[in-house]
Amino acid sequence: MILRVYVLAYMVFLYAPIVLLPLFAFNDGTVIAFPLQGFTTRWFAELPQTPALVQSVRTSAIIAVSAALLSTILGICAARASARYDFSGKRAVLGFVMLPLVLPEIIIAVSLLVVVLALGLQLTAFTVILGHTLICMPFSIAILNGSFSALDRSLEEAAVDLGETRASSFRRVTLPLIAPGIVASLLIAFTISLDEFIIAFFLTGTNPTLPVYLWGQLRFPAKLPVVMALGTILVLSSVLLLCLAEWARRRGVARTGRMDGGFLG
Amino acid sequence: MKETAQRRPIVQMQGIDKRFDDDLILRGIDLEIGEGEFFSLLGPSGCGKTTLLRTIAGFETPSAGRLILDGRDMAGVPANHRPTNMVFQSYAIFPHLNVADNVGFGLRRDPRNAQDKARAVAEALEMVGLAGYGRRSATALSGGQRQRVALARALILKPRVLLLDEPMSALDKKLRETMQAELRRLQRQVGITFILVTHDQEEALIMSDRVAVMFDGRIAQMAPPRELYLRPASRQVAQFIGFMSFLPAQVSGAEVDVAGLGRAGVEPGQAPGGLHDGQADIGIRPEMLSLVEDAPRPGQRLSEGVVTEVEYYGDMSYYDIVLDGAAQPVVVSMKNLPGGVAAELGDRVKVSWDASSLMVFPPRS
Amino acid sequence: MGAGADRTERIRGWSLAAPPFVFALSLLAIPICTIMLFSFWTQDFLTLDRNLTLANYAEIATDPLYRQLLVRSILIAAGVTLATVLLAYPVAYFVSFHVPQERKSLWLFLITIPFWTSYLIRVFLWKVILGFNGVLNSALLGLGVIDEPLGWVLYNPTAVVITLAHSFAPFAILPIYVVLERIDRSLLEAGRDLGETRVTTFLRVTLPLSVPGIVAAVLIVFIPTIGDYVTPRLVGGPDGLMIANMIQTQFLRLNNAPMGAALSVVAMASVGFVAAIFTLALSRWLRAPR
Ligand SMILES: Nc1ncnc2c1ncn2[C@@H]1O[C@H](COP(=O)(O)OP(=O)(O)O)[C@@H](O)[C@H]1O
Ligand SMILES: [Mg+2]
Repeated sequence: MILRVYVLAYMVFLYAPIVLLPLFAFNDGTVIAFPLQGFTTRWFAELPQTPALVQSVRTSAIIAVSAALLSTILGICAARASARYDFSGKRAVLGFVMLPLVLPEIIIAVSLLVVVLALGLQLTAFTVILGHTLICMPFSIAILNGSFSALDRSLEEAAVDLGETRASSFRRVTLPLIAPGIVASLLIAFTISLDEFIIAFFLTGTNPTLPVYLWGQLRFPAKLPVVMALGTILVLSSVLLLCLAEWARRRGVARTGRMDGGFLG
Repeated sequence: MKETAQRRPIVQMQGIDKRFDDDLILRGIDLEIGEGEFFSLLGPSGCGKTTLLRTIAGFETPSAGRLILDGRDMAGVPANHRPTNMVFQSYAIFPHLNVADNVGFGLRRDPRNAQDKARAVAEALEMVGLAGYGRRSATALSGGQRQRVALARALILKPRVLLLDEPMSALDKKLRETMQAELRRLQRQVGITFILVTHDQEEALIMSDRVAVMFDGRIAQMAPPRELYLRPASRQVAQFIGFMSFLPAQVSGAEVDVAGLGRAGVEPGQAPGGLHDGQADIGIRPEMLSLVEDAPRPGQRLSEGVVTEVEYYGDMSYYDIVLDGAAQPVVVSMKNLPGGVAAELGDRVKVSWDASSLMVFPPRS
Repeated sequence: MGAGADRTERIRGWSLAAPPFVFALSLLAIPICTIMLFSFWTQDFLTLDRNLTLANYAEIATDPLYRQLLVRSILIAAGVTLATVLLAYPVAYFVSFHVPQERKSLWLFLITIPFWTSYLIRVFLWKVILGFNGVLNSALLGLGVIDEPLGWVLYNPTAVVITLAHSFAPFAILPIYVVLERIDRSLLEAGRDLGETRVTTFLRVTLPLSVPGIVAAVLIVFIPTIGDYVTPRLVGGPDGLMIANMIQTQFLRLNNAPMGAALSVVAMASVGFVAAIFTLALSRWLRAPR
């Protein structure tokens, strides 16, 4: 009973910021504080009228899509190697590529910055894409590992036995069966990249990403209600993407008939 | 049933070795399987049966030796270009396709038009008793139905050789018996060479024209079921297939002197290891011994002993009998017929036997 | 059946693993080596002095500002870790032991959702919640619990701890949950059968068996926390700043990349050191009998 009350309180703690967000986003007052002043949608209306914001959304979208694609492709390679093949140094290699998961992001950001500086390169959206791919990759691998290890290895052999080549059996059998995992990986990586701040902060060029733009706005109290409105949209779209990803993952599980852990499991 | 010698060879293996890391899993496999033959690979789990089957299918590359299928050397020929198809142990039914798409999976490169292909699929489904199941989801099938789908999917491609890896191991006992009979019927109907992997000796004996018994990567004996049972090539084969009792004996010339049975003449065919003067072990199957009340039939010999154990199986009873002059018991099986001979624990009994049913093996070292 | 030990199989495995490996190597291993190299250089206004020297490290060791920052970072990270894991354990326990099997993944999903939603905005909202005129103070004032707003909840290490404990919640809950799920339930019944109460069974059976999960949770929270930049900046105030803020200042404000690099190396080394000590100290419980 005590445990139940505690867990409830903990969930309130977890959800408090997310729940407050829309309250302030629709609040007809320039100060982010209680009591609320009344209902308005003008903060949302202001959003499309801010060119810098629109530009940052565009930059973020390009970066997130690229990072999601790259990390999913690399994730497919790693997860398939892990599930299907045996080779010396396998554990070390596959452990190493998961390392970005536990490294402080500032270290990743700074070390990439140093390399870019040392090579005399320009900071562009491309450098951010590389950094984001690096931190998304372990998540993609974890998700796709689930898909690949749920796959009966003899399915691919059966396809080859029935006349397909290695490549075409991958396309006709493996790909459809891991498709839900691929979708989940793309969505999760997209969400992570869209949300990531530190790496983008260090590596971004002249076009800031959305979080970097937001960071700049947090200094101006007058801009805060608009930030709240933007945040509301961001949170909603993240939750939507996550639900889609979870749905895809479960469909994959239902299809291959095996249960596995969640996103981080 | 055609004699093996008359069949055209379809699978030939010459000195096949397979090495995984440093373990030699297949050791010098030589075999020849004829067209239309139902051939079984029988052996305990881990002896290399699946590896041998996968070598024929092209999923494993032999480390040494030659594999010839339908007259063609298979070196460098990938699995998708071999005239074989396989029924996997897990059946490997594609979960994202329905039954008809599973069965028609291999027809993609077939030049026939869609209508003809659909007809071929329907015929294949009918052949395995699944007519009308085409639109069902593959994930909703029972074990027996999955096996039928796997069979139809392989047979529709008209392979020269169908490879089956323990296809019955996932089925319960009743269903297994039904499927054994059906598989045998199907094989006669299509006339394709079947190679069945199994660890179930009964299954191998029931279904096959010929059986290869494998131990530890080697073929210990390759023979039709009857010969395998009556003339096992080694003590190990004899013990793996059915039951056999052993008694120590002395060999001199073509005669053996067996503890508890006495002297008897034997033919060279009864001694797979050859007849060498000195120590030997005599093997005899339980049904080759019988309890009798009166004088033996002509040609039969008689020994006496004491019953030390009785096991009642309903239709049969098994008796452990220590024959006079022997140290260890022999097992005798008797049908429990009305008015037939039976015995109780501790009874003195007469046991009849026939010299031609004895097998002579080298002594256990 | 394990994958093939064939030569071709090995080559195929390697060539598949190669792209992610090379990617991680060139974007992680090489940069980290570069940063180590950088840390032995010095910045001379606009030019980089490439003579190898320990000057940066000497400065970090002697300047009380850096030392204080480092110690504070470790202490705050330790506090965050302690708070996060302590708060998370009962939740993991609840989901593993009290939620019906078919609802577990829904719970895990609900627990992870806040984690995936805009990090910056979440941290900023804690500033709103904990602020002088914030949600917490207005609520407490409204309820008559306090007479004037509490000033001590924002712009200090406590605020950092609260905010980070929120950010890293799923990182702590999931590893503990995974380990709790693996505990054979009959062990608990055996404990009760042998005369233990519910509480002593927990203390003598469940808790020791869940140590590997606790250790994983501690490491996975502690390591990234030390490098957090946003939270100290937004809610930490001057006394709540951490090493990442100084690294950022060195790189982007003072344009002293070698000093920033040296600080990064020191941060990594201290994280590694603390984590290693911690793991060693608990190694007795990690060698769980199987
Ligand atoms: N890909 C492989 N890599 C390493 N060892 C293998 C591989 N496949 C089979 N083996 C080993 O070969 C032996 C025979 O296996 P298998 O052919 O599956 O036996 P069976 O089918 O008779 O039970 C086993 O000891 C197994 O561990
Ligand atoms: Mg096998």
